[in-house]
Amino acid sequence: MKSNKILMKGNIAVCEGAIAAGCDAYFGYPITPQNEIPAYMSKKMVELKRVFIQSESELAAINMVFGAAACGKRAMTSSSSPGISLKQEGISYLCGAELPCVIVNVQRGGPGLGNISGSQGDYFQSTKGGGHGDYRLIVLAPYSVKEMYDLTYLAFDLADKYRNPALILSDGIVGQMMEPVEINTDIRDKRLEIKKDWALGGCKGREPRLIRSLIMEEGGLEKHNWHLKEKYDEIKKNETRCETELVDDAEIAIVAFGISARICKSAVKKLRQQNVKVGLVRPVTLWPFPEKIISDISKKVKKFLVVEMNLGQMVEDVRLSVNGACPVEFLGKPGGGIFNEEEIIQKVKDIL
Amino acid sequence: MNKIFGRCYSLKEIKHSYCPGCGHGIIHRLVAEVIDELDIREKTIGIAPVGCAVFAYYYWNFDVTEASHGRPPAVATGIKRCLPDKVVFTYQGDGDLAAIGTAEIIHAANRGENITTIFVNNATYGMTGGQMAPTTILGQKTATTPFGRDAKREGHPIRVCELLSSLDGACYLERVSVSNPKNVLKAKKAIKKAFENQLNNRGFSLVEVLSQCPTDWQMTPVESVKWVDEVLSKTFPLGVVKSQIKEHE
Ligand SMILES: Cc1ncc(C[n+]2csc(CCOP(=O)(O)OP(=O)(O)O)c2C)c(N)n1
Ligand code: SF4
Repeated sequence: MKSNKILMKGNIAVCEGAIAAGCDAYFGYPITPQNEIPAYMSKKMVELKRVFIQSESELAAINMVFGAAACGKRAMTSSSSPGISLKQEGISYLCGAELPCVIVNVQRGGPGLGNISGSQGDYFQSTKGGGHGDYRLIVLAPYSVKEMYDLTYLAFDLADKYRNPALILSDGIVGQMMEPVEINTDIRDKRLEIKKDWALGGCKGREPRLIRSLIMEEGGLEKHNWHLKEKYDEIKKNETRCETELVDDAEIAIVAFGISARICKSAVKKLRQQNVKVGLVRPVTLWPFPEKIISDISKKVKKFLVVEMNLGQMVEDVRLSVNGACPVEFLGKPGGGIFNEEEIIQKVKDIL
Repeated sequence: MNKIFGRCYSLKEIKHSYCPGCGHGIIHRLVAEVIDELDIREKTIGIAPVGCAVFAYYYWNFDVTEASHGRPPAVATGIKRCLPDKVVFTYQGDGDLAAIGTAEIIHAANRGENITTIFVNNATYGMTGGQMAPTTILGQKTATTPFGRDAKREGHPIRVCELLSSLDGACYLERVSVSNPKNVLKAKKAIKKAFENQLNNRGFSLVEVLSQCPTDWQMTPVESVKWVDEVLSKTFPLGVVKSQIKEHE
């Protein structure tokens, strides 16, 4: 395998991952802390003779994605929390119309204009809806620059495979941090090729096609919703991704995603050196959520500790998965603040 | 015997759901005739709006998608940029284009997107029950202007063609109506021009069609066409508002 090790920023890794995955079109609107993405794409996409547009708003960007996706192209947009809020209507339509695309959220502190430092306050919005109606997004949570690359690449394949939008839920810290990334230069060959026999492109030689989310026929929408449910069940079955570390003999299992998990990882290491039996569960897909893995672990550990940079959002999913089998403690930091290892170590000792 | 008139191929043989006397049916027909005449059905992608024309995609016999309220120009941009050799058009009402979707139409026009927009101005929100639109004229009573539109309270009617005419990316803007056979023929010519412009890569074209909504205007179909001619077209004068198509082209 040909590969290339390059030092790059998380946000640039998203772009490189998208380009490697064959992203045909990017549409976006500036917002900190993801501005490197549209800036980088404005150069790279044009050089590659692919489509780049700086749209007039997030509303326009997500609807341009809708158009590009409707003609079977691999389309992407990126934004940060307030901008993602504006995209919610479009995301609901994309889900209703079953159009694949990739949406990147480099989260910042909220609610409202909040601040521009990294946060994990959009967990609910990403995994529980955010737009109207019954729908699910495939939500991937990178915790390193390498994963910004890999998961963005993967997101395009998953989106196409299931005809569903996939969301990269990152944050300002992972977006801005720099790490060496190994880029597979022959990765394009491995791209999942899926026949899009639903895409628009003019009806030459076939019956006209229609892409819509409006279904007014008697019982039609209910049927469509059940069909979506079946698809979501299939995604749950096949695509749950989760990393566990040192959980086999652990008394306390920390559950964290994204940048929080990165910090917890080194806290776990230090605690182990002090002979504290602690392990780490890191959901890589926030939806589908690794319910079964957490449920299984709940039968072995004394306690869970959920660590996230918000007021307690994923902790609800952990509690549902644990279903009373053991206590679930919570350590949170809202408003764009970041943990240090010591806080986590102290909390583990407190609840031991 | 020579057949001189018939159903156009770009319209499906389906009964449409518009009220008697509604302009939408005529405008659909004109769009379909033009697509047939230009022989572009197999490379056309239409974008249906929300509003009374939401079911346009049942009637058109070519590839169609929908857009959320006001966003057809953004959807069209995504399609046309990805498939530049296809013919892409949006079909939008005045609530859609001139209220919730003002930003999208201005910026699509300004970028000079090589698309065609059919803009149906019936001075009201038809589907939701005849509320005020940005195009509702002064004094006009609607479900939400029960005392008649008052400039001090509700602002002035927006003239979309004139508004867009200052944008360098807009190549062709014409206002027509479907209130009588003569106007219908002119409307068809304008729609054809707007599609030809796209085929010739000339950038953004919009045809504003004054259209009757007898139901929400609470008029008979005959009264409604008279109202278009005698009242509505005073606020929205018919004619070419902008044409950057050079004569020799
Ligand atoms: C986000 C959103 N807001 C409101 C609506 C409700 N709505 C449906 S059609 C319509 C008005 C459409 O009016 P117009 O574009 O003038 O079309 P007409 O019905 O007159 O043909 C509105 C407000 C909607 N579908 N979506
Ligand atoms: S309400 Fe008005 S615009 Fe809508 S179908 Fe009826 S006449 Fe036409």
